[in-house]
Amino acid sequence: MTRPVVATRPAVAAGRARRKIPHSPWLYVAPALILLVTFTYVPVGNMIWYSFHKWDGLDVTMDPVGLDNYVRVFTDEQYWRVFLISLYYFVASFAQIAIALYFAVVLSFNVRFKNLFKGILFFPYLLNGVAVGFVFLYLFQPDGTLDTLLRVAGLGEHTHLWLGDPDIANISLAGTSVWRFTGLNFVLFLGAIQSIPGEIYEAAEIDGANRWHQFRHIIVPGIRRIISLSFILAISGSLSVFEIPFIMTGGANGTRTFVVQAYQTAFQFRQIGLASAMAVVLLLIVLLITWVQRRVLPDEEVTLS
Amino acid sequence: MINRRTFLGLGTVAALALTAGCTGGASDDTASTGDFSGDIKGAITVLTNRTDLVGTTLPEYAKKFEAKYPGTKVTFQGVTNYDDDVTTQLGSGDYGDVLMVPNPVAIDQYSQFFEPLGTQDELKAKYRFLSPATYQGKVYALSVGGVAKGFVINKRIWAKAGITAPPKTPEEFLAGLQAVAAKTDAVPYYTNYKDGWPLAEWNTHRAILGDPGINDKFPADAEPWQPGKIQYIEDSLLFDIVHDKLSEKDPLTTNWESSKPMIATGKVATMLLGSWAVPQMQAAAKDAGADPADIAFWPFPYQTGGKFHANIDGDKLAAVSKNSKNKATAKAWLDFFVNESGFATDQQAIPPAVDQALPQSLRDFTATGVELVETPAATSNAGKEDEIIKESEIDLKGPIYRQKMVDVARGAAKGDKDSFFADLNQRWNKAQAKVMK
Repeated sequence: MTRPVVATRPAVAAGRARRKIPHSPWLYVAPALILLVTFTYVPVGNMIWYSFHKWDGLDVTMDPVGLDNYVRVFTDEQYWRVFLISLYYFVASFAQIAIALYFAVVLSFNVRFKNLFKGILFFPYLLNGVAVGFVFLYLFQPDGTLDTLLRVAGLGEHTHLWLGDPDIANISLAGTSVWRFTGLNFVLFLGAIQSIPGEIYEAAEIDGANRWHQFRHIIVPGIRRIISLSFILAISGSLSVFEIPFIMTGGANGTRTFVVQAYQTAFQFRQIGLASAMAVVLLLIVLLITWVQRRVLPDEEVTLS
Repeated sequence: MINRRTFLGLGTVAALALTAGCTGGASDDTASTGDFSGDIKGAITVLTNRTDLVGTTLPEYAKKFEAKYPGTKVTFQGVTNYDDDVTTQLGSGDYGDVLMVPNPVAIDQYSQFFEPLGTQDELKAKYRFLSPATYQGKVYALSVGGVAKGFVINKRIWAKAGITAPPKTPEEFLAGLQAVAAKTDAVPYYTNYKDGWPLAEWNTHRAILGDPGINDKFPADAEPWQPGKIQYIEDSLLFDIVHDKLSEKDPLTTNWESSKPMIATGKVATMLLGSWAVPQMQAAAKDAGADPADIAFWPFPYQTGGKFHANIDGDKLAAVSKNSKNKATAKAWLDFFVNESGFATDQQAIPPAVDQALPQSLRDFTATGVELVETPAATSNAGKEDEIIKESEIDLKGPIYRQKMVDVARGAAKGDKDSFFADLNQRWNKAQAKVMK
């Protein structure tokens, strides 16, 4: 009996509310927008503004210098050469993706101690980057853990100054980076693989497909988007490597990456303008790579049926 | 689309507003002293880098001060990552009443942040170490204690190698290190490459030339890495030590904390540091069960006029904030802290007041015939050297280019001494021409 009454009330209330605040949706998005503008667009705007100035981050006056900072980043060998160091990390990221993919595939089938292995593989990613740096610093010391292990295994002649030898230092650091980030790729791949319906494997098995066929024709196409995402992350990640070389070598011995160089320019040499220009260049490069990658690998829907 | 454009616009507007705020004009500084009039009363805040003393020694000094000036209250704020954090804080305008001057602040910026304490002519009769805080004749900060520069050595190891008196030339010094390498198991010299800052100690020996005008001449020189010039003498010695394999095997894995027991127990023979390191090494020796008397302090191996000269300089500078609301009390605290608190003596540092005596470890040092020299800061070329450093990114006061030099010297990077110094000369020259115009 009371139904009509109850039904009309909310309608009236809603109508009144709408008249009071005509753009109520804005009220709900406002906190997010304020945060976005304050912590993303304003700092980026500031950074771009600094990049056209000569400023030490402290002085009350900033001298406008036009494009000078950008010209310097592109023409002075000291600044663009450090990009070459990123190649080590980029090459290493292929190993990282391959290892992660291999274990993700193996552990998505029924294996004994499956969850234990998942935990072991993901564990390094949970460690703090600074801790990882220190752990590996001791590992790579002369007569440190790695050298001792090699000797025990009878490979004593293969010991090196892992960080002191300039031919190997970057490889050691890239190896540390692989150790740390494989877990992240692994979890991404594992999640994607598990979203593939189980019946497809069953049908494939009935058709006589072996594990390799299943991997080649079901898993790879099924997780294509995640694999391509991993490559974007790998490229932008290897361009912006920072904490591992910064903590382990401080950029010395030819391990200075672009971001370490930018950090030193900004905070050791107090050239905030120049460092901002470097950061803007890095941002543009990452945007460009992402755009090219989207062009080459269009983001189409994945269909397995 | 419209939304996105609006946000970008907002961002830019806000950025402009912020920078406009930052670029507000500096007030003029014509008076030679700040205005410290008013009663010595009320509360002040002191920023300090000595977090280890903030709960113990410093409040004791404050208690004495509060007894001397009733009605005052001194609060300390310890900052762990002092230079970086306080430099950032300076921009906000709120940085305590009395503070240590953070290193990144350039001398020509002191007037923007600190109150002038007087002219150098007035104050130099009373205090040491004024020059690094003096700009255009005005003094902006006082040192809280000074150190001498030289080699910390393990006397026992050097004696084992047959050397008991400080070597007089770089060649003699290298020969000494060779003898240490040949006759003992010790690493002759430890660079502390990984931590970096100990490499910067190689920049602090300009006094060895006995030339009071050196800091003015330095930025005027287009090519400081020429044989016979100070930069060449200092860097060349480090290069030769590493090149002759007289330093640790893997410099990339050095560790400052563990280097203290190493020199204390004789695993390392020599390190280039300041006299402040002597008490720390002696403490390490005590902890490791070695003899603290093994640790000694030697001058840089270079003589001018048949005499050693060792640089002394003020370690940290303390200043009164320009934005302090209670400048009278702040100034009173600064004077008290520097002159009467006993801080320098407690820290075994050279007291900033001229009429106070040297600590014991430095009296031993001068007894060997070393003259302590305070090298006056540049006057006509004040601030130019810092500008050239920034422009050329050759960090004379830091570790970056010296790490590279060590890499070249040990064969881990391309080049040799000549090519490396030639490259430094060329980069310095380019920046120098721009700055000095």
